[in-house]
Amino acid sequence: MKKVRVIVIRTAGTNCDVETAFAFELAGASAELVHINELTRGERSLCDYHILAIPGGFTYGDDIASGKILANEMRHRLEGDIRKFISDGKLIIGICNGFQTLAKAGLLPNLAGDFKTEETTLTVNDSAKFEDRWVYLKKIKNQKSKIKNRCVWTKGLKDIIYLPVAHGEGKLIPRDKGVLDELKKEGLIVFRYCGEKGGKGRYPINPNGSIDDVAGICDRTGRVFGLMPHPERHIFATQHPRWTRDPKRGPGDGLRIFENGVSYAAMRL
Amino acid sequence: MIYRVEVAEKDGFPDPVGASLKKDMEDLGFAGRIKDVRTAQVYLLEGDLSGSDVKQIREGLLIDPLTQCCGAKPERGVKVVEVAYNPGVMDPVEDSVKKAVIDLGIPGLHTVKTAKKYLIKGALSDRDVRSIAEKILYNKVIQHIASEGSEIAQDAPSYKFELKKINMLAADDKALAKISKDGQLFLNLEEMRAIKRHFKKLGRNPTDCELETLAQTWSEHCKHKTMRGRIEFEGQIINNLLQDTIMKVTKELNKPWCVSVFKDNSGIIRFDERHNICFKVETHNHPSALEPYGGAGTGIGGVIRDPLGTGLGAKPIVNTDVFCFGPPDYPDKRLPKGVLHPKRIMKGVVAGVRDYGNRMGIPTSNGAVCFDEGFIGNPLVFCGNVGIMPKDKSFKQVHREDLIVVVGGRTGRDGIHGATFSSGELTHESEAVSAQAVQIGNPIQEKKMVDTILKARDENLYNAITDCGAGGLSSAVGEMGEALGAEVYLERVPLKYKGLTYSEIWISEAQERMVLAVDPKKAGELKSLFEKENVEATTIGRFTSDRRLRLFYEGNPVCDMEMKFLHDGAPNIKRKATWRSPVFKEPRLKDKGGLTSDLIDLLSNLNIASKEWIIRQYDHEVQGGSVLKPLQGIENDGPGDACVTRPILSSKKGIILSCGINPDYGKIDPYWMAASVIDEALRQVVSVGGDINRAAILDNFCWGNTDKPDRLGSLVRAAFGCYDIAKGYGVPFISGKDSLNNEYAAAKKTISIPPTLLISCIAVMKDAAKAVTMDAKNVGNYIYLIGLTHDELGGSKYYKVKGFVGNNIPRVDPVYGKRVMTTLSRAIEKGLVKSCHDCSEGGLAVALAEMAFAGGLGMEIRLAGSHENLPDNVLLFSESNTRFIVEVENQKRFEGTMAGIPIWKLGRLAKDRHFKVFGQDKRLLVNAGIDSLKSAWQRPFKHL
Repeated sequence: MKKVRVIVIRTAGTNCDVETAFAFELAGASAELVHINELTRGERSLCDYHILAIPGGFTYGDDIASGKILANEMRHRLEGDIRKFISDGKLIIGICNGFQTLAKAGLLPNLAGDFKTEETTLTVNDSAKFEDRWVYLKKIKNQKSKIKNRCVWTKGLKDIIYLPVAHGEGKLIPRDKGVLDELKKEGLIVFRYCGEKGGKGRYPINPNGSIDDVAGICDRTGRVFGLMPHPERHIFATQHPRWTRDPKRGPGDGLRIFENGVSYAAMRL
Repeated sequence: MIYRVEVAEKDGFPDPVGASLKKDMEDLGFAGRIKDVRTAQVYLLEGDLSGSDVKQIREGLLIDPLTQCCGAKPERGVKVVEVAYNPGVMDPVEDSVKKAVIDLGIPGLHTVKTAKKYLIKGALSDRDVRSIAEKILYNKVIQHIASEGSEIAQDAPSYKFELKKINMLAADDKALAKISKDGQLFLNLEEMRAIKRHFKKLGRNPTDCELETLAQTWSEHCKHKTMRGRIEFEGQIINNLLQDTIMKVTKELNKPWCVSVFKDNSGIIRFDERHNICFKVETHNHPSALEPYGGAGTGIGGVIRDPLGTGLGAKPIVNTDVFCFGPPDYPDKRLPKGVLHPKRIMKGVVAGVRDYGNRMGIPTSNGAVCFDEGFIGNPLVFCGNVGIMPKDKSFKQVHREDLIVVVGGRTGRDGIHGATFSSGELTHESEAVSAQAVQIGNPIQEKKMVDTILKARDENLYNAITDCGAGGLSSAVGEMGEALGAEVYLERVPLKYKGLTYSEIWISEAQERMVLAVDPKKAGELKSLFEKENVEATTIGRFTSDRRLRLFYEGNPVCDMEMKFLHDGAPNIKRKATWRSPVFKEPRLKDKGGLTSDLIDLLSNLNIASKEWIIRQYDHEVQGGSVLKPLQGIENDGPGDACVTRPILSSKKGIILSCGINPDYGKIDPYWMAASVIDEALRQVVSVGGDINRAAILDNFCWGNTDKPDRLGSLVRAAFGCYDIAKGYGVPFISGKDSLNNEYAAAKKTISIPPTLLISCIAVMKDAAKAVTMDAKNVGNYIYLIGLTHDELGGSKYYKVKGFVGNNIPRVDPVYGKRVMTTLSRAIEKGLVKSCHDCSEGGLAVALAEMAFAGGLGMEIRLAGSHENLPDNVLLFSESNTRFIVEVENQKRFEGTMAGIPIWKLGRLAKDRHFKVFGQDKRLLVNAGIDSLKSAWQRPFKHL
């Protein structure tokens, strides 16, 4: 049987590449770690893959701003390939530093549709420091829009899931109120930070001060998805910080996200 | 042409970095006087750039158009401080900005320098601002205050070759001592004489480079001449302390799973059928004293290169960090001259470890922090790293005619004399004299180097590897070529900037470099692999077969020495060691109407209090292998005993990391300190479900100046303790390191640190899913104490918070201890233990309270059943070793399994959130809500 092929991009400072590839393989895909130089030099081509994953890390040291230099590189060196990748109906996920990259490259939320206008950014946490902690995420059902669950990555997911964040620059800021309204109206907000039962709350429930508690967004196609929390760090029961209090827990909440991506891509193989 | 770009947050957008600095400034005593602090990033761009190029760089790259704007215009009354790096200090942002500008399609950018601008609004005089800047905003060791008009420092002048010889043959003892001191060689007189004798035989003077090479190779840091030297201890002659104690344990135990110990850059043990793991812990004390952020960052950066330089290279998988600081609330006025405030050191060290470790993508999952006034002038920063490698990559072999290839970062003037500097005492002049010894790291350079090396390893592209650590190329090439000989052409070494002399190139300790021995036939393939990943790889020489070290600069010989003299020529100096037990005042403390407030004082003592503020800043879950995290319990905030990690995501096998350290015991008797910290590290392994039969330990001795007989005597006692206890437990040492001369000389007195031994432990766990955490789980379950309690309050935290040291230090009986630990491991393996907590600092009371509040449950404890015949406060606060608290559901099965081991049922878990302890006379001794106990425990670090 033909397998879904995932390209996990890495470059200087990428560091969640191995576990992200592992999560995709556990979800049934075949995942390859590819250095961005191999794409920019034409030694490999995005065409050969069905899913593009930009994993977490500190690409180029987060110098200038997190994700900025990789975003700049993708925009100026791979723009055409990425446009084609999306218009071919393929999938992109950016996790943590990958989300920062997608946002700063103008690929998310891409309301303007030109793949280059920065409409949201991710900046320094209100706490001014890097933090590793677990957060609850509420899956946003869009009541107003025709499409209730736009994001293909989160179909069938529980209403509230539990994942870790580990970042210093995760505060999401939309360009203006117009962008935020559009995100809401179009159903592009995928996850909000919430309390254990789903209620709103300040720090540390919202770990970084994100506007409107937004933790993850997608584009209008629902195929390009970015989030600050790390689904690849919760694919096993024993990754849950309290698994010893409830040893019968099933697989981690994050696994379903990878499975969704892989099964969506598999339908189109 | 130089262009200046300033980037600041737009009006209306918060500046969290500024806000957090404002708080630091208020803590300095400026509370109420500071209205606002804003920051701006300054870029100085130099090159052939047009106006539109600069506009594009500015708007398309350097600012975030959503939140930032160009230029922070100071309003009136705002004081501006701009901080730039000193010439010669690497600016880590330069490379990435250059790369991004090329991606933009702009080729003309030559140099980038960055600076940080601070705009402080408030009622402050220029003097206030200067004082704030010095205390918080910059460190003169690596930075300076720049004025706005400042330009990029001019290129260093080129170096013109001139051979320097040191006139040793004509030097008398006084002159020899002066040569050593002026050259920062830290060689003692006997060593200088030995060098003189050697060159006299050769009939010539040494070159500066030869003398430097000898100083590096013979330094305490590289050679461990004290631990390996002859010692006369109380009438007994010890030929080699290390071999006679630490290494002897390993040799006598002869564990089949010890693969390579005390040979390579770290100790290797078997993990599973296909993999080995290796572990190393280093210290970076002196650099962290002078530049906490850079010193600690390069500490972790350096130790990562040890497993990477072990065998053919191991992938780094977990970091550990242990610190000893002075009290963060120490009065400023009492600080000795030239010493940074402990709070600044602590914040800088934590930030340094955080930024380096997190950027490397290695989880920092284990550690400890101790506070004592003895560390004010000389903090301790221990950094450890575990690596994993395929079994068949565990050994290296340099071949004749292999090329010497240096890979990774470029060489600069940073870190010169680090090895010799760390081998001497700190003084108030250290920051001026030894500033070059301090480095700032570039973790991304190291990350890409690690990634590329591991690829090259898997493609078998090199025969041997070692790290460029202390002593730089001098040590790396010297070690690798010891058996064969080596030839190096120093002008080929890639430099960060011009102007380095041949000796500086040779001994620079610039970070993020490794040395490979490469078969000439594979050199092409190796270089193209490195080129693909944007990592430099440069051939700088070859390994020969003449057993000589020969160095050339532009064709001129600058060093020509026999490897034998270099490695074996140091005189074996006999040192005297004495030991006399100190006597401290022994208090008799009574419980006047209850012990609740004593328990609260202990919980909020910095040594015991929650370190969540630190732990959360470390990514402890990257790589996905985390099984037991450092913070545990119902609200993810209880103090775990040890971390458990699965390095291979498809396997259930895990590794446990733990550590034992207790400087308070070092003050009383280093022998029993060693015993106690070994016991502690092993207890933690057992607590989480490990087995001491698959555990290995590492030693890190941090002592004062061991040229003084009393200091050396206490080191000898600690080493004896290590032998007796590790041997008794059957646990081998696999690696270790010592850092001596941890003293601070100010005015006329020297302050030595308390003798401090860190024992780090690594254990392999068959099934990580059997791990146990320390948080209480279920109402109604029984609480047991495992092990015996004695009157051993000497060095306890109970005494410490009351201002005493005492004398009754806890002891260890490893024969009994081993029985306790292996039996408890069996009970845990059978699933009979719901939670388990190591009983250590603060004794029984603190361990019980932590277990209760971490689980969110109340506890009722009754001391009436005690057979120990001790007062209640001794029972509750004594820190006797080999004790555990466990939570049990099935009493019968548990007690059956533990038959023959002293266990004592203390009470049960309760639903109400109350922690109650009834004394032997049934009096209510401790009565507190678990929430108030927890908040006492969390308070000290909450608002840093």
